[in-house]
Amino acid sequence: MKPRRQRMLAVGLTVVGIAIATMLTLQAFKENMMFFVDITEVENGNYPEDRNFRVGGLVVVGSVRREPGELEVAFELTDNQNELTVTYDGILPDLFREGQGIIAHGRLDDQGVFVADEVLAKHDENYMPPEVEESLAKHSTAQEAVLKAEQANK
Amino acid sequence: MIPEIGHFALILALSLAICQGVLPLIGAHKNDPAMLAVARPAALGQFVFIGIAFACLTTSFIQSDFSVLYVANHSQLALPIPYKISAVWGAHEGSLLLWVFLLSGWTVLVSRFSSDLPELFGARVIGVLGLLSCGFLLFTLLTSNPFERLIPAAADGADLNPLLQDPGLAIHPPLLYIGYVGFSVAFAFAIAAMITGDLDQKWARWTRPWTTWAWLFLTLGIALGSWWAYYELGWGGWWFWDPVENASFMPWLAGTALIHSLAVTEKRGLFKSWTLLLAITAFSLSLLGTFLVRSGILVSVHAFAVDPERGMFILAFLAIVIGGALILYAWRAPSMDSAAGFHAFSRETFLLLNNVLLVIATALILGGTLSPLIVEMIDGSKISVGSPYFEIAFAIPMLPLVYLIGLGMHTAWRSQKAGALFKQLKIPAIFALLAGIVVPVFFYGRFGVLLVVGTVAGFWIMAVSMLQPIRSLRRASGASAITRGALGMSVAHFGVGMFVIGVTIVSAFSIEADRSLRIGDTESVAGYDFQLRGLRNVDGPNFRALEGEVDIYKNGEFVAQLRPQKRTYIVQQNPMTEAGIDAGWNRDLFVALGDPLGNDAWSVRMQYKPMIRFIWLGAFVMALGGLVAASDRRYRLTAEAKDVSPAISGEPA
Repeated sequence: MKPRRQRMLAVGLTVVGIAIATMLTLQAFKENMMFFVDITEVENGNYPEDRNFRVGGLVVVGSVRREPGELEVAFELTDNQNELTVTYDGILPDLFREGQGIIAHGRLDDQGVFVADEVLAKHDENYMPPEVEESLAKHSTAQEAVLKAEQANK
Repeated sequence: MIPEIGHFALILALSLAICQGVLPLIGAHKNDPAMLAVARPAALGQFVFIGIAFACLTTSFIQSDFSVLYVANHSQLALPIPYKISAVWGAHEGSLLLWVFLLSGWTVLVSRFSSDLPELFGARVIGVLGLLSCGFLLFTLLTSNPFERLIPAAADGADLNPLLQDPGLAIHPPLLYIGYVGFSVAFAFAIAAMITGDLDQKWARWTRPWTTWAWLFLTLGIALGSWWAYYELGWGGWWFWDPVENASFMPWLAGTALIHSLAVTEKRGLFKSWTLLLAITAFSLSLLGTFLVRSGILVSVHAFAVDPERGMFILAFLAIVIGGALILYAWRAPSMDSAAGFHAFSRETFLLLNNVLLVIATALILGGTLSPLIVEMIDGSKISVGSPYFEIAFAIPMLPLVYLIGLGMHTAWRSQKAGALFKQLKIPAIFALLAGIVVPVFFYGRFGVLLVVGTVAGFWIMAVSMLQPIRSLRRASGASAITRGALGMSVAHFGVGMFVIGVTIVSAFSIEADRSLRIGDTESVAGYDFQLRGLRNVDGPNFRALEGEVDIYKNGEFVAQLRPQKRTYIVQQNPMTEAGIDAGWNRDLFVALGDPLGNDAWSVRMQYKPMIRFIWLGAFVMALGGLVAASDRRYRLTAEAKDVSPAISGEPA
């Protein structure tokens, strides 16, 4: 091959390589980007289907249950307005506790149960994940407004 | 009284930093010897006063002076003394103090070992470092004063976060910070060169050892952090692509690119403006890392609003430092590049590829780390980016890089004949191909394309890294021996090979099982039988723990007994998992205790991690290579005999 042809070939291969690499990277980004969805939004059906997303809220006190001796656990998660059932088959993080704010990664099954493949609780008992804090604030006030409206109607 | 002395010392240090930042720069401009003479004493004075402040804060911690807010928040009476000391840098305020302390330390070293620098240039370097120090001291004093009083004093402190009560994490931040801060020296050299408008090969030779030292500490710091995460976070991962980790990894990647680009600038006088840009980038990413991690902005934009004063200061400081440096760069750099050419098949080309690939990797990680922030600012939706993205985005540029390392190392400057190179590399290539297939198939019983691409890459780099040292050993004693620089390169690249092997084998063959076990139950993982023998209560100095006793057998033979703990720290009442690990050179066995599941059963995580030690060992060997290279004679020669560069520049980097 002449040097000129050689150079053209090298440039061509580089361009193809970069194109493939860019495509793969964008694909990876799209697949691994997870949205945070309010529990109320999940109840309303506004969640990404067939892909993982994140939910967060407070673990409802007294809701953690499992078959004795089994690893799989189920609990209710609330944003102070609606509740969502979460199941998880694995070891919960050290700071998972009832009443604590947590975040779960996973997807919704046919029965409307959130099947988590990861549960996160930050290592600080004063720490509230910011997404959860905001979601709680939003829905607590919404809840109060509903209550007030109901009282006004009576 | 002691905290007030510390506070006052910090204020004095700030005054000296202002002198050090302003006078030498003006002096260099006006060529005023009196002003220039301020640089070195001011740097030393600043170091002494920040040292006093640091000692005062440490003393307050050791004496458990809970009338100091920072101490009350991060210590406790029963905390063991070593952790009282490491608690000094356990949170925001103290870690900033450590930052400026290290910065002043680097500055003193620069002023001590820069006697061979031209006077004006040296003064400018010290001046730039002084300005950086001003920014940090102002930030500390105005927004994050560690000496703030708590009145009335607390009876006992809130304790140090239990996760930080560990020897690994006690020394991880200082090492990491030495590295972060060390890039400020390369940054200052770059700024001084741009002000002078004069950048020659000598400049690169001055800058190289400083950069290498910073880089090697950063390497050690990151490796130590990864190791700590592995055994202390309790669940056996060694890298999570967490924003905090990425923040330390990005300057490392940029710094690695800088080291290689500096080699070209020193040997061939090329890539000058590119080297300057990398020096600015590496330090900017260090700053970004320090600030973004500590400000919490990476967790959410809203964390920023918690403390708007700090947030605004950080933004302004970053804008001034990075923006100022880039403006200076845009103004001065274009006039600097030399026109010397090189052949397409030469070491220059390979180092250029190295730089391009490393910068791509840095950019992709930066994009992934900041994208939640950007998306939230654009449309308010909250996203997070999972680690598989980072793994893919990192692997795409790195896979070609690890193969190219082998070629680049043995390619000559200026121009290389392809035939001669391939003849040299034939044996290592055959060895790598064989070993890369044999090891996974025969020892681990599986073949996979990506897997073999990884193992072959690892063996390939290890093999080619040995060529030069072996050749040097074989050579007759009269012939010229390998230089420290070349040896350091070989050692560091050998470490890269070990790291690649470790990562590939761990990702392909780790086995992890979460199970419910009763006392007496046995579970088999990767051919090892884990038996839960018993549980008992133990007490530590400031915690209570439940300790499991797990015996491990292989084919009926006893291997090890592990004692994982579930600790509860008395003050903070936080439960924490302390894993039991049996470490071996070729595999770790790992047990962590979960929660009681009822019916006397406990959740237990068992893991088999083959070759995981190679990950940290590889990083350690890389740092060792840096140490060897930084001790090369030619960096010290410049002090004794200036302008001998023509004789030396013929050596390989």
